[in-house]
Amino acid sequence: MRDKSKPKLAVWKFSSCDGCQLSLLDCEDELLDLASKIEIANFPEASRAVVKGPYELSLVEGSISTPHDAQRIQEVRRQSKFLVTIGACATAGGIQALRNFADVAEFARYVYAAPQYIETLSNSTPIAYHVFVDFELRGCPINKAQLVEVIGAFLNNRRPNVPHYSVCMECKRRGTICVMVAQGIPCLGPVTHAGCGALCPAYRRGCYGCFGPMETPNTVALSSRWKELGAANADLVRAYRTFNAFSEVFRKESVAHER
Amino acid sequence: MFVLRHARLDDLLDALKRRGFTLVGPVVRDGAIVYDVIASSSDLPIGYTHQQDAGSYHLIEAHDGAFFGYTVGPHSWKQYLNPPRTRLWKAKGSANGFEIVQENANVPRYAFIGVRACELNAIAILDRVFLQGSAVDFEYRRRREHAFILAVDCTRPGGTCFCASMNAGPQARSGFDLALTEVFDNGEHYFTVVCGSERGDEVLGELCLEEASEPERQAAKHSIEEAGRHMGRKMETAGLAELLASRVEHPHWEVVAKRCLTCGNCTLVCPTCFCSNVEDVTDLAGAFAERWRTWDSCFTLDYSYIHGGNVRKTAVSRYRQWLTHKLSSWHSQFEMSGCVGCGRCITWCPVGIDLTEEVRVLRDGATAVTIGTEKGVPDAKH
Repeated sequence: MRDKSKPKLAVWKFSSCDGCQLSLLDCEDELLDLASKIEIANFPEASRAVVKGPYELSLVEGSISTPHDAQRIQEVRRQSKFLVTIGACATAGGIQALRNFADVAEFARYVYAAPQYIETLSNSTPIAYHVFVDFELRGCPINKAQLVEVIGAFLNNRRPNVPHYSVCMECKRRGTICVMVAQGIPCLGPVTHAGCGALCPAYRRGCYGCFGPMETPNTVALSSRWKELGAANADLVRAYRTFNAFSEVFRKESVAHER
Repeated sequence: MFVLRHARLDDLLDALKRRGFTLVGPVVRDGAIVYDVIASSSDLPIGYTHQQDAGSYHLIEAHDGAFFGYTVGPHSWKQYLNPPRTRLWKAKGSANGFEIVQENANVPRYAFIGVRACELNAIAILDRVFLQGSAVDFEYRRRREHAFILAVDCTRPGGTCFCASMNAGPQARSGFDLALTEVFDNGEHYFTVVCGSERGDEVLGELCLEEASEPERQAAKHSIEEAGRHMGRKMETAGLAELLASRVEHPHWEVVAKRCLTCGNCTLVCPTCFCSNVEDVTDLAGAFAERWRTWDSCFTLDYSYIHGGNVRKTAVSRYRQWLTHKLSSWHSQFEMSGCVGCGRCITWCPVGIDLTEEVRVLRDGATAVTIGTEKGVPDAKH
């Protein structure tokens, strides 16, 4: 018997690697609590049992990269009271948005023996380009503690504690030494959205920008500093053009150094 | 004034340990001098120093046997007195709402080893903020009241230091239990010791030290005076609070804002920045809640979000808020400057924005700093 008092959760996949939705299954300690409070109604990665919509909460992973995706997201939106996008694909177009800087037909010709069967859009775009999104959870992949926080906030009818400031804030709070200042290592931390807990600098690596741009990114000033530290234009293009390449700020900054 | 031979530094540290203090002092980690728990003097950065400039920091092996031959790194004592994350309370749901869960977590009794004059002044500022006035901060007080402070005068100032300008160093003048000056003189290596409290006096009594001789006193005095003459930076402070208050519309704010990353690093390394955010967290079941206080920064948008919107949307307004609060409105709020001249905000700004330089330009009215000068970075291999 279904417990009708519990809100229904659906997890949807678009163009993506599945890593973000697997974060939900990684929530081993919280999973039983979660299942007691919410009905996991549509989550093919976890169960074949599907409960019909509408759904109180939809988690959407992946970008829109095919005509079919573009249609399907409209249906998902119609069935969802709250729609939360999870991960860099859903929030910025993902690594597959690298096609947006090139000719996708050209790629298809190189990769597929019979490219005429490939039906794809010329651009990979974030979900919010197509439908209204209630909340975006960043990261490649997302941080599972933040996912639990977002679901917990939804269940308890409060605002999620998901700050939009820089990775530097997390670095300094954990006492990590700044790799850029002390080691001269180019780092995207000052322009990157927090959420990972400043993982890479803690292992003496510069930030790779997995969580996309922070709330007020000054990429122009950071790029200028990178150049002082020895980075070439090509290095800057590569740095901004990874998982969040099609986010507005990173896209513009990478294009600026392409010439 | 007494004298402690360098080989007896551990006698002093042991005396503190016997009194139940957890020793926290400078150590070398990941290419910088930071604060951490230490067991003995051998954990100190012996023979190390560092070279600092705007946006750059290099740890250097000086091989001189000095225990305290450096100034300050990215950490400050606020991380022990006002930790980055503090749980204020926790509660569990009950039939009639919720009840507070009592916590009896003991705060360690810290002995801070090697506190610099600028940092004594920073602690005095935090004391003013957290302990004086109508609202006393319980969390700060319970960490602060037991802390034993072993200060060390600076005899080798750093490239971004300007404590002399801020009248905050290089000599420890008050706010310590004991203060040392490390001296190298004619092949001798010793500390002169000054006592600043009854607790300090008791510890000193146990060590049975000799009085410092006149030449030893003179050597210590000379070392500190030399340090005062070799500050890497300086700031003209005469009339500064009033001057900055009249520079709200200065075109230089736009110039700084073009370089400013609004990343928040300057505020988190600043030993006097105390702003925080309070977050409530709940478990999934809604049966358990906690309230946490975390370091925040006036450079984040959420910090200046009030009902209806954000009051400091631009980098101009946020940088101006930070600089003028430190050097101007802090005076009207707390009757003192919020800056102690430690230079951390200069060194640890990823793009090397220099507070002393910005103040100079704001004072002179001329705009000298340009963005993207790509002036090059000092060689890392020393």
